[in-house]
Amino acid sequence: MIYILQQSLNALQLGSIYALIALGYTMVYGILTMINFAHGDLFMVGAFFGFMAALAFKLPFIPTLLISMIGVGLLGVAIERVAYKPLRQAPRVSAIITALGVGIFLENLTLVFYPYPQSVPQLLQNITWTIGGVTVSSLQIIIILMSLGLMVLLDFIVRRTMVGMAMRAVSWDKTIVPLMGVPVNLVISITFAIGTSLGGAAGVMYSQAFPVIDPYMGIMIGWKAFISAVVGGIGNIRGAMIGGFILGGVEIMVAAFLPSTYRDFVAFTLLLVLLIFRPYGILGQPRPQKV
Amino acid sequence: MSAASLPTSSPRSDDQIPLLAVRDLVISYGNILAVKGISFDVYEGEIVTLIGANGAGKSTTLRGISGLVPYSGDIWYQGQSLRRVPADQIVGRGIAQVPEGRGIFGNLTVLENLKLATWQRKDKGAIADDYERVFKIFPRLQERQSQLSGTLSGGEQQMLAVGRALMSRAKMMLLDEPSMGLAPVLVRDIFQVVQEINRQGTTVLLVEQNANMALRVASRAYVLETGTITLAGTGEELLKDPRVREAYLGG
Ligand SMILES: Nc1ncnc2c1ncn2[C@@H]1O[C@H](COP(=O)(O)OP(=O)(O)OP(=O)(O)O)[C@@H](O)[C@H]1O
Ligand SMILES: [Mg+2]
Repeated sequence: MIYILQQSLNALQLGSIYALIALGYTMVYGILTMINFAHGDLFMVGAFFGFMAALAFKLPFIPTLLISMIGVGLLGVAIERVAYKPLRQAPRVSAIITALGVGIFLENLTLVFYPYPQSVPQLLQNITWTIGGVTVSSLQIIIILMSLGLMVLLDFIVRRTMVGMAMRAVSWDKTIVPLMGVPVNLVISITFAIGTSLGGAAGVMYSQAFPVIDPYMGIMIGWKAFISAVVGGIGNIRGAMIGGFILGGVEIMVAAFLPSTYRDFVAFTLLLVLLIFRPYGILGQPRPQKV
Repeated sequence: MSAASLPTSSPRSDDQIPLLAVRDLVISYGNILAVKGISFDVYEGEIVTLIGANGAGKSTTLRGISGLVPYSGDIWYQGQSLRRVPADQIVGRGIAQVPEGRGIFGNLTVLENLKLATWQRKDKGAIADDYERVFKIFPRLQERQSQLSGTLSGGEQQMLAVGRALMSRAKMMLLDEPSMGLAPVLVRDIFQVVQEINRQGTTVLLVEQNANMALRVASRAYVLETGTITLAGTGEELLKDPRVREAYLGG
């Protein structure tokens, strides 16, 4: 029982990281029906931005996190403008290939500066408590709470603000959005800025929990976050959050009770099975065909 | 070219500058030439209708005016060229459009749809008055304000599309087949609303296939055939014109 509680806490931590990254995939998909396959690498860049900022400015955790989020957000906007925007009318495959290319570019650019894995300075004082046999670390709590905070904030922006409304409108039909006086490109840029900065935040938090980073760290985690988004229902914001926690939960529990090499195998199999029964994901719905 | 020197191909007096002047408008989609050099005017306070068969280029013309498609030729509004004005600024200039097929945002509530159209407005107080005005014209929208607009009936969606255009407080409204797919009673209601909005001071450019109703409410009308204007006149004149009667009014 104590073991399960302990693992649940770990699952929440991993799940909140997946959820944050999954949000980036789902937001971009929602607005452009495009999978930004460079997003996992933006998560990696977020970790490196955090690392560089920590070394350069020696600031505490929150300002470092913000610097990384802003940096990755701007990078995300630039990538959209330079690489994706010219392909908006092009076949879907071209955009996918371009995104994969951007990802490889980011990995190799980082490799130029950091050919070896780097160890990230601890920005958070890590206190651990043992409560009824369960070990709780302050780092874990902070990661979980910060992630949840960012998700609540995002949910508020999307549901309650004018910008969020515009984002939803663009995802419904961007051809008529200009008739409302709303500049579509600005809305797309804001979406990229928010989505990628959440990935950056995940990168900084992840590198506090697992403090050795390298340019390829975003690949597997990116795939898993992408799958979280699909499981939750790609394009659906709350779905991405739920998907992230489900994947985190499944992985931790598999690793807890089975040989740890089974982890990815079992996790991916479960997800494939889920998709057979709910092809649009948990909260996703087939889009009603507009006439 | 200054607006004052624009040629006026209109029956109105020469000293009045049209609110909207379309000159030699050409619009193509790839190789398809949809609008082949048309010119027409809309004067302040008018209801002008553009009638024509399927594929004549009516919607394309409205898309051009709203800046949604590139064109050659020129479009003048209040004496200024709209050629280089991005689509999202056209509304701010004073031209709203109710797009074809009730282009509402089905994933937004009724209220959110209305609110989105106020994106560029800063006059908070006046916005509140405009909600009231819209709800007065369409009480049904007020009852359903928090309903997802995708679940509204076809008629209600059309009301929302018109109401949303009103929320931008534009001086001119382009309406693309507002009667499409509505029951006859609703068609009459919608045309009454168009007249009411016009009486309240909005200039209207109305695209219709329902030529009968459109010509009855219009001050002036143009007939568009495969991208070319073939007839022009007052609504009454065209209602009596044998060519119009044969082609659009069923003989
Ligand atoms: N996006 C597009 N791509 C290619 N061709 C188009 C496009 N939109 C319209 N067309 C073509 O341009 C021509 C004019 O179309 P338009 O929609 O303006 O007609 P319309 O007069 O509004 O017809 P309707 O009464 O059926 O709405 C048609 O031949 C149509 O096939
Ligand atoms: Mg049309």
